[in-house]
Amino acid sequence: MALRTSPAIGGMGHSVKRKEDPRFIRGKGTYVDDVQLPGMLYLDIVRTPFAHAKITKIDSSKALGVPGVLTVITGQDLAKYNLHWMPTLMSDTQMVLPVEKVMYQAQEVAAVLATSRYAAADGVDAVHVEYEPLPVVIDPRKALEPGAPVLRTDKKDKKDNHIWHWEWGDRAATDRAFREAEVTVKQDIYIPRIHVASIETCGCVAQFDKVNGKLTVWMTTQAPHAIRTVFALVAGHVGLAEHKIRIISPDIGGGFGGKVPVYPGYVIAVAASVLTGKPVKWIEDRMENLQADSFARDYHITAELAARKDGKLTALRIKTIADHGYTDAAANPSKFPAGLFHICTGSYDLQAAHVEVDGVYTNKPPGGIAYRCSFRVTEAVHTIERVADLMAHQLGMDAAEFRLKNFIKPDQFPYKSALGWEYDSGDYAAALRKAMDKIGYAELRREQAERRRRGELMGIGISSFTEIVGAGPSKHFDILGLKMFDSCEIRIHPTGKAIARFGTKSQGQGHETTYAQILAEELGIPVADIQVEEGDTDTAPYGLGTYASRSTPVAGAAAALAARKIRDKARKLAAHLLEAAEEDLVWEPGKFSVKGAPNQFKTIQEIAFAAYTNHPQGMEAGLEAVSYYDPPNLTYPFGSYICVVDIDKGTGEVKIRRFVAVDDCGNIINPMIVEGQIHGGLTMGFAPALMEEISYDELGNIQGGSFIDYLLPTAVETPKWETDKTCTPSPHHPLGAKGVGESATVGAPAAIANAVVDALWHLGVRHVDIPITPAKVWKLLREHGVAE
Amino acid sequence: MLVKVQINGEKHEADVEPRLLLVHLIRDVFRLTGTHIGCDTTHCGACTVLLDGRPVKSCTVFGIQAHNREIMTVEGLEQDGKLHPLQEGFMEEHGLQCGYCTPGMLMTSYAFLRKHPRSTEDEIRQAISGNLCRCTGYVNIVKAIQYAAAKLQNGGA
Ligand code: FES
Ligand code: FES
Repeated sequence: MALRTSPAIGGMGHSVKRKEDPRFIRGKGTYVDDVQLPGMLYLDIVRTPFAHAKITKIDSSKALGVPGVLTVITGQDLAKYNLHWMPTLMSDTQMVLPVEKVMYQAQEVAAVLATSRYAAADGVDAVHVEYEPLPVVIDPRKALEPGAPVLRTDKKDKKDNHIWHWEWGDRAATDRAFREAEVTVKQDIYIPRIHVASIETCGCVAQFDKVNGKLTVWMTTQAPHAIRTVFALVAGHVGLAEHKIRIISPDIGGGFGGKVPVYPGYVIAVAASVLTGKPVKWIEDRMENLQADSFARDYHITAELAARKDGKLTALRIKTIADHGYTDAAANPSKFPAGLFHICTGSYDLQAAHVEVDGVYTNKPPGGIAYRCSFRVTEAVHTIERVADLMAHQLGMDAAEFRLKNFIKPDQFPYKSALGWEYDSGDYAAALRKAMDKIGYAELRREQAERRRRGELMGIGISSFTEIVGAGPSKHFDILGLKMFDSCEIRIHPTGKAIARFGTKSQGQGHETTYAQILAEELGIPVADIQVEEGDTDTAPYGLGTYASRSTPVAGAAAALAARKIRDKARKLAAHLLEAAEEDLVWEPGKFSVKGAPNQFKTIQEIAFAAYTNHPQGMEAGLEAVSYYDPPNLTYPFGSYICVVDIDKGTGEVKIRRFVAVDDCGNIINPMIVEGQIHGGLTMGFAPALMEEISYDELGNIQGGSFIDYLLPTAVETPKWETDKTCTPSPHHPLGAKGVGESATVGAPAAIANAVVDALWHLGVRHVDIPITPAKVWKLLREHGVAE
Repeated sequence: MLVKVQINGEKHEADVEPRLLLVHLIRDVFRLTGTHIGCDTTHCGACTVLLDGRPVKSCTVFGIQAHNREIMTVEGLEQDGKLHPLQEGFMEEHGLQCGYCTPGMLMTSYAFLRKHPRSTEDEIRQAISGNLCRCTGYVNIVKAIQYAAAKLQNGGA
């Protein structure tokens, strides 16, 4: 895309330095835990060591004697206000504090309110709880067996642990294609439970002002407006009305989907502030964060692919068991029980597909967030890219050649997939070819053959993914009935400076800069003269927030459209000032000039001044606009990643020698920020592929509930990413942009897993579940007769 | 117990519990909130500050252990309104996203560059391996530190 603005203006395509950085590098950001209010109390939470147990007694007497402790809140206390349970986003129910039994290890049991952090922690230690352990169900497949203990005894009619069955696609056509197929492959794939583990944990400061009846909550949330509405809907009966609730989402230290849900801690803190009339702070620690906050993934998948002998794919069939923990609290658009998992046909042109998912209750934390992906797209991509590779190997075809043969072709867009999605635009072959050139694919294959002869283990893995972002068009997407538009409101001040507010909320994505660049592009006002604000429900227009890479696709479009409304009025003002007809004016970023007389012009700043000082009779003063953008479709960024691994036969360690990522997210607003998003996403794709997993023993004890054993990659093991791009604009987005924040997380794990299997294929290895730890590989090598 | 410290050249004192962690002393008592908390196990490095010039994870040090000693936090990097080359580097090279790990990264790399002004990329990666960043993928953090190293060698700050 050609640059239309000067660096001084800094519109689309400029690598403008981030406007948010000056405060962060000085330690002057304001994160939730930085908020300290006079008279503030601290909340800390008592958690259960059992994964499933009856609570027979909660004795707070000793805790109440601890200096500084004011009160202990239990489920019984909240039950008086009917606040001990809350609804989940998926129309299920979730405990705030239990009155009867606990359902997973580290579940909240009671809360201690005290005058300091340390006193609250002392109080937690002094609360005595008695439990009667109950049978624990950890494996969702066992949870479905007849005779498995029924977990949700609070639901009178519930006789099993099955939550829902959901299916999509043409079963008959798919079955027929499989009967007629010349080649089929089938694979069980487990995508384990993982955790976003943003470096800032979750927390809030709740302040209820009794005199004005106003509740202000500073909280770590990616969706402040939706939270405000949910609070009003849930707590309306205790007198909290929406206009009296203000949610402030200040600087957020990473979210990645984990800061979408409402956690019990928030609700208890709000209740505590309403009850005491004092500000209450609750900040979870890392162990609470890993053990009790929403998880991601946890899909047990069986996938089958059918093809002709010549390599042409025909059909895909998938069955999945989704472990939802003890309640269905997945953060999805309401109409998609399995998220967007049915984008699982990926980048390939398939005649038929059918997918089934069953949600299951187990004794694990609730939630189900997307860990930097749009609602189960990572699971979908991992599945299709794994079985595509299996098929290529099975057919004896090169993995790249196989993909090139089966890609949806550029002239097929807009493309309607076998599962009903309408892909907007793409050129998948171009991205793959670019990645192959950059990494030197043919040469690497020669090297691999050579090394294999010498007994060395080297693998090359490809993942050619299609993402689906920009949730979402209101005809399909809502959260609890709230349509998923997003918004921008712009006010131009008399001197030509602007303030713009959005319904989204950055957690590090750099919105203050990118949004300002969109406005600079559309209005010609320099980025430096535009103040961008988000995350305060008292000032920002209503929007559904930032997750699923929806900020640029949805709110970015709103920004462009609001700016265009301003430009329309500016044209009228310019015509008045220049005494010309509107149609005789030409716009270029920053000014209107008279056609054929370029010296006769008015700058946007002059026009802004006139909007307040010299507007024509009959026109309203001011220069403001707001846009609520409802996208006509989702956007479909894509990419091709190639990973080269060497496997140490002695230790089983997988070393990533090179990783080339070619991404296409349409027109780019800030290349520097886009590249940064890709680096971060790749790292969050690499981590679950090789390290991250939250697992449980039979009793439901979490294995990996702190950073001691929940491994995150440091700078040492993280590969040196090599990135590149192609550009296929979205035809329906006002800026031709697509969104990129999550592409790399979605695409990376399959490339790594495919590289590992490629390295071991000749030994007879067909699949390895992620995370591909050294221990797992070491064991495989021994099983397949490789010893060193 | 009375604890007296010098933070970024300024004298501070407070009467605190012996068990109060240094990070809470800095953040909650002295209200310098640039230093962050990301874990409870000395793994993330978000709380890194310099104690008598040496980087420590302030979540693993008691406040009173800093008695009569000198602390430097991220707020002390900027001198006379001039950013430290590291701060400049992080901005120039897009070495931060959410900014939460950034103060710890800055303090660790500040101490590292003082001892190792010339270092390879791999040495830099080793040096910051006690600091976790969940956003940036590290590539640009390394570049930011290299930017500062080059600038410091050319006599900047
Ligand atoms: S908070 Fe100190 S190392 Fe994580
Ligand atoms: S910038 Fe977010 S954790 Fe490093």
